[in-house]
Amino acid sequence: MAQAALAIRNLSKAYAPGQFVLRDLSLEVAPRGVTAIIGPSGSGKSTLIRCINRLVEPTAGAILFEGRDLTRLKGAELRRARARIGMVFQEYNLVERLTVMENVLTGRLAYVSPLKAWLRRFPPEDIERAFRLLDEVGLSGYERQRADSLSGGQRQRVGIARAIMQQPRLLLADEPTSSLDPKTSVEIMTLLRDLAAGHAIPVLVNMHDVELARRFADRIVGLAGGAIVFDGPPHALSDARLAGIYGGESWLH
Amino acid sequence: MPSAPGSAAARAWNRFTPAERLARFAVYLAVVAAVVVSAATVEFIPEFVYDAPEQMRDLLVRMWPVDFAHYPRGVHAALVETLHIASLGTLLAVALAVPVGLLAARNVTPVPALNYLAKLVLVSSRSVNSLVWALLFIAVFGPGALAGTLAIAFRSIGFVGKLFAEACEEAHPGTIEALAAVGAPWASILTHGYWPQVKPAFWAIVLLRWDINVRESAVLGLVGAGGIGVALNTAINLFQWNRVAVVLLAIFAVVIAAEILVTQLRKRLI
Amino acid sequence: MLPPNFEHWDAILKGLKESLEIAVLASFFGILIALPVGLLAARNLMPAWVSWSARALIAAARAFHPVIVAILFVKAIGFGAIAGIMALVVASVGFIGKLFAEAVEEISLKQLEGVRATGASFAGVIAFGVLPQVLPRFIGFSTYQFDSNVRNSTMVGVVGAGGIGAPLFVAFQRFEYDVVCAIILAIIAVVFLAEVISARVQRIFGA
Repeated sequence: MAQAALAIRNLSKAYAPGQFVLRDLSLEVAPRGVTAIIGPSGSGKSTLIRCINRLVEPTAGAILFEGRDLTRLKGAELRRARARIGMVFQEYNLVERLTVMENVLTGRLAYVSPLKAWLRRFPPEDIERAFRLLDEVGLSGYERQRADSLSGGQRQRVGIARAIMQQPRLLLADEPTSSLDPKTSVEIMTLLRDLAAGHAIPVLVNMHDVELARRFADRIVGLAGGAIVFDGPPHALSDARLAGIYGGESWLH
Repeated sequence: MPSAPGSAAARAWNRFTPAERLARFAVYLAVVAAVVVSAATVEFIPEFVYDAPEQMRDLLVRMWPVDFAHYPRGVHAALVETLHIASLGTLLAVALAVPVGLLAARNVTPVPALNYLAKLVLVSSRSVNSLVWALLFIAVFGPGALAGTLAIAFRSIGFVGKLFAEACEEAHPGTIEALAAVGAPWASILTHGYWPQVKPAFWAIVLLRWDINVRESAVLGLVGAGGIGVALNTAINLFQWNRVAVVLLAIFAVVIAAEILVTQLRKRLI
Repeated sequence: MLPPNFEHWDAILKGLKESLEIAVLASFFGILIALPVGLLAARNLMPAWVSWSARALIAAARAFHPVIVAILFVKAIGFGAIAGIMALVVASVGFIGKLFAEAVEEISLKQLEGVRATGASFAGVIAFGVLPQVLPRFIGFSTYQFDSNVRNSTMVGVVGAGGIGAPLFVAFQRFEYDVVCAIILAIIAVVFLAEVISARVQRIFGA
């Protein structure tokens, strides 16, 4: 890869000394397309995603993004880097008592002074863009609804709009469909893929649904025991490979 | 609410609807007006305030050294009396508040007239400050701990009764309906249906009020209703600041001890 | 004691007005101080040394009954409404600060994480992640404290800290019980009014 959007070098993470969740993991993410991380529960998928924007502190290794090592950033520099990385959560993580519009505008908090944010004095172009994004995610007219009045699928649409609102150079998604029913899951993944492609943002998503990963990802990374055991296009993910990731074969049939 | 998609040009957005904004603006305006008017008319003597830090220091200097020798002679008995006032007052209040609270709970007593009457009793009890209750009872019974105990009790009825009634109203109707369906008498429905459900809330309310009453009973003596407030008042009137200090320390210790005790008991009981 | 003697109604009105002024100013400054103190005392947002200092301040403010605090301020600042205001500011910081800190400690951390991941500054996280979750409760505590300040502002006069308490205590010491009765009735009316206003304000702010 000539110019990766993200390069992870020898990343390790141990929550308790000696108990590694991620071991010496290296991965590069292309500047376009959807990369899906699959793997059994506890394989470190979520930890990997959260290490990138430092919601979880890595133990060792480097994460290169826009020419800087994210693991070394502090304070304002870290916040500036986070502002360039959008994130979509499994349980949406919207602020429940705020309206849809306020939740989407949260994506601009890094660029607005706290006082103006508190008074909801966002620049008109931000508000205009938030309206357009709400149209794009199919929530036109919902701007005044409170987040806690929405269904799961609608909330995740707001979550995606909030992440894109940041105008990020990378989009992380931590099990974005695990709290949703199968039909809504497909709708959300379609939206995520198309929106990211439209805004030219590479996506790194972890998911436990292999079929969904095959259907939407351009590249699949299989994680087991904190290390990469598969890396390739969806069609290369054979049953034998799957058995290698998840262990055993009986669940396949 | 929905706006047509595509009408993209410069859509405005505000957090609140115009009516909400108006109501909030009215409240802000009222607050600002109240503060400005109060600040403009309240009696304010700048010299006193400039002087305050020095006066404070002077007060602390005079409190030192704390006259601990005074504690066994003039403070201990008053402190014990304060605890008695608080505890007896709370007991009396609970005894009176439980029947009133039961009458106020709409699901226990489905008679609106009785609910209303009971709520009136509770509201009147709460809207009179315990110092005012103390003044009233001193007028009737003369100065002393009796007036203090009754003052604490009458102020607490409203508090305990209101919260107890609310706890009863939150009781799950399932068990109660089941008991009523098998023809259980009214008393059994209370003891077997309601009591197990409201018991944790009941003890929490009683402990909370006792904690408050320990603080409140410490000031009743200022108007002559017994307890450690009398010792405080005497020491202040005689300008014996090192004795004031020991009284304040005693109150502080009891308040902290009461809070710790209540926290521990609450963990055990609830 | 009965019938109440309203002969000195102008004095009663003056005393009540001063009591209300004490309550309004004490609530205003008390709430203003309690908001940051309560945030600083929340153990889930602040480093331990900050939250423990703030907690110590809150505990000290809560230790004594407002009337006792008023005595100390009367000795330090002299007789009058300012001492009463200071005493009730202390009480307000203690009460609201404690409950508000507890409310902040109960917020959902997921919602906070969502805001933090956007790269928002600490103040931004407070404004968008924390306050929306706790503001309704803060307004509830504040209006309750305003009620409480109105009640206590009628009593700090007993120790010389301004308001209706002074004429009440004087009448009581002179055994003018009909005047005492009139003043108490006036106090109850004001306390009632304050409760009605607080309930209305809470509804407007969705608390």
